[in-house]
Amino acid sequence: MGRFRKRGKKAAPAISTASLPDIVFMLLFFFMISTSFRQQDKLVQVKLPEATENAKLERKDLTSYIFVGAPVPAKQAQFGTDARIQLNDSYRTVNEIRDFIAAERESLSEVDRPQMVVAIKGDENVRMGIITDIKQELRRCSALQIMYVARTKAINED
Amino acid sequence: MARKETPQINASSQADIAFLLLVFFLITTTMDVDKGISRRLPPMQEDQKQEDIKINRRNTIIVRISASDRIMVGSEQMDVSQIKDKIVEFVTNPTDNPNMPEKEIKNIKGFGNYAVSKGVISLQNDKGTTYKKYIEVQNEIVRAINEVRDDFSKQHFSKKFAQLDEDHQKIVKEAIPQNISEAEPKDVKGK
Repeated sequence: MGRFRKRGKKAAPAISTASLPDIVFMLLFFFMISTSFRQQDKLVQVKLPEATENAKLERKDLTSYIFVGAPVPAKQAQFGTDARIQLNDSYRTVNEIRDFIAAERESLSEVDRPQMVVAIKGDENVRMGIITDIKQELRRCSALQIMYVARTKAINED
Repeated sequence: MARKETPQINASSQADIAFLLLVFFLITTTMDVDKGISRRLPPMQEDQKQEDIKINRRNTIIVRISASDRIMVGSEQMDVSQIKDKIVEFVTNPTDNPNMPEKEIKNIKGFGNYAVSKGVISLQNDKGTTYKKYIEVQNEIVRAINEVRDDFSKQHFSKKFAQLDEDHQKIVKEAIPQNISEAEPKDVKGK
């Protein structure tokens, strides 16, 4: 029965890997572009509260962040465990928010200034006293668009 | 002169190098988009008394959170899970209860006349309230409003609010406004 060739004798043709670098490069560029490096050191511990009705933050470049929470363990010896405000790279008081907002506003182009958003990243265990102080201060510098950043909770509809 | 061919550069390691870089960026990438509850603060006013008078009593519902994280809506104490239904009832006022907010016929562009509720939800908290509870309550209020908006959208445009196009969303937003007043800091006594 010479009509049937024996199987397995013939080696499967090698898959050409010539396009592999191209594919990898494509992926590489995608990740390179989408990467944003962390710019700030964390000085406060923030465990965000949970919410279900979250809206997306529209423009990240127009957003200024205010972190509120207890200092990280390494800094607790010096600063205690009371909730503190972090602006940029240092601990600040409520009164310094005004300068911070002014500086942030200055860094935006004139067209974008009205759309500025202040995102408050508060730890879920901080008291409202400090948050209210921040809110009042923000109203005073008329940075009115705010967002309480929250984690998305898995929805279990009952 | 004898022409020497330039030797080909061996490119077989190119893939390896690219892989290495790829892995690096894969690991360092954080693609988290911040999400949260968006709010617009009221502008600072010199005399804050004025606004309080303007809003009729039946048109406000006061949600209080005490220092010990207890919640009062109107005059009842309730659990977080109950807030949503209460707010939905307050905003829609289906039975035209005289103790519930009035409605005002408004002409909405591109839709026509609609009885818009004048209800305002006033959120008050104590200095000692935890942020977690506060966000929870905020979330419930937003959920209530979203539910009412969804109902309205389904009824009139037979789609969910989120699936409507921008013009329709605008109409719905106008018909069911999100009037939340984050009151001046007031100390609610912990009970």
